[in-house]
Amino acid sequence: MELKELQKLEGHKDSVLSLSWNPVTGVGQVPPVFSSCSDDETVRIWQLNPSTRSWDCKAVLEEVHNGPVHSCAWAANGTGLAAACYACIVIWDREGGGYSHSATICAEDEYEVNSACWSTSGYFFASCGGDEVCLWVGTLGNDFEDLEELEGHSKDVRMVQWHPTLDVLFSCSSDSTVKVWWAETEEDSWTCVQTLDESSNGHSSTVWAFSFNAEGDKMVTCSDDLTLKIWQADIKRMQSGHGYAPWNHICTLSGYHDRPIFSVHWSREGIIASGAADGAIRLFVESKDGLMTGPSYQLLLKKDKAHDKDVNSVQWIPGEKRLLASASDDGTIKIWELTEST
Amino acid sequence: MAVFLTFLNHIRDIKDPEHPYSLEELKVITEDAIEVDDKQSYVRVTFTPTVEHCSMATVIGLCVRVKLMRSLPSRYKVDIRVAPGTHASEAAVNKQLNDKERVAAALENPNLVDMVDECLAPTYG
Repeated sequence: MELKELQKLEGHKDSVLSLSWNPVTGVGQVPPVFSSCSDDETVRIWQLNPSTRSWDCKAVLEEVHNGPVHSCAWAANGTGLAAACYACIVIWDREGGGYSHSATICAEDEYEVNSACWSTSGYFFASCGGDEVCLWVGTLGNDFEDLEELEGHSKDVRMVQWHPTLDVLFSCSSDSTVKVWWAETEEDSWTCVQTLDESSNGHSSTVWAFSFNAEGDKMVTCSDDLTLKIWQADIKRMQSGHGYAPWNHICTLSGYHDRPIFSVHWSREGIIASGAADGAIRLFVESKDGLMTGPSYQLLLKKDKAHDKDVNSVQWIPGEKRLLASASDDGTIKIWELTEST
Repeated sequence: MAVFLTFLNHIRDIKDPEHPYSLEELKVITEDAIEVDDKQSYVRVTFTPTVEHCSMATVIGLCVRVKLMRSLPSRYKVDIRVAPGTHASEAAVNKQLNDKERVAAALENPNLVDMVDECLAPTYG
């Protein structure tokens, strides 16, 4: 297998920090669309031109972000885009192929908002910055209503993300932990129901990112400690209403990375991609050699010098195609295809 | 040989944040401080704070990083650390010095930037 570079996208004037594929595009006749965000204070929207097979920049969203945009995330219905910047989150609406500034949500304090996203249900919205996680009730088109400030992390929270099917929130931090937040019923307050730390076989340094598999019963986390860790939970039990299903460590991938791992993403097919400070992209799959009891994972391939500088974000395209987008401190975005070696 | 002397020359004249002497004069940086792997574009600087509880360790480390960032081709990966056993909060200081988000945050602080620029002034020209 090899990772073939299809195209290098230039345009951002500084480090590209994060990427997000629009979940309702790339299906049927709808050309795939993704957003990128940068230290240059803009968000760019990219779309595949089906006739030229080339990715074009369709829009540059700017002037409203008051600093570097740390992350961008689409709502599940593909019409809302949340851009996390300094002390606020800018919400963009995508309609009729154009983008309009829909709202600006102010953060609780004067800190960089590192990440913000809607739950798959669309009912909740979360953001993180400083050492806190903020929760809002926010469906598109309505005013976002401040719900709770979730405290517990002792250092910067780097990313928040919702479980793919349940309204359960996850956050990871420079305090080396991943925290899980949940409210059992609408009347209950949101609390931290689990902390994945060193005592639960967790990371020993900053956790930069995490990603869920398609079924939502496994999660991979990546860290400054140079490892990837795989976690598992009995999600079916939770989905059928039997209370919280805790996450358990099942595997640590160490010895594959020698510099901090900034991004990790699990494809629908089950391939884990990682992006690291050495400019390389690595792919991992579950190994089915039957020698180990329980799941184990192996390196599928390593793409050295995928970028000239740190890889900040790797994201698989939603859907069946094996396309991967990567973003780097070198200011570029690259589109890759995983193919059989020629 | 010539390669690592070039690196040393970039940083030996950095002024200590608290004293009117260079890091080399105070033996915070010595000739052994630099390890270079030119083929891998990698350099590691190890410095020795003057006292074990030195509160300026992170500032010194930041000065070294900024100077090298400005002086080296961008392909270089720079690691900065305190000499093992020379600082009471060695792990925390090393983490602060090499975490790119923390470095970026530090460089957003105007007071810190002024301090760094003052320490780097003797190294230019």
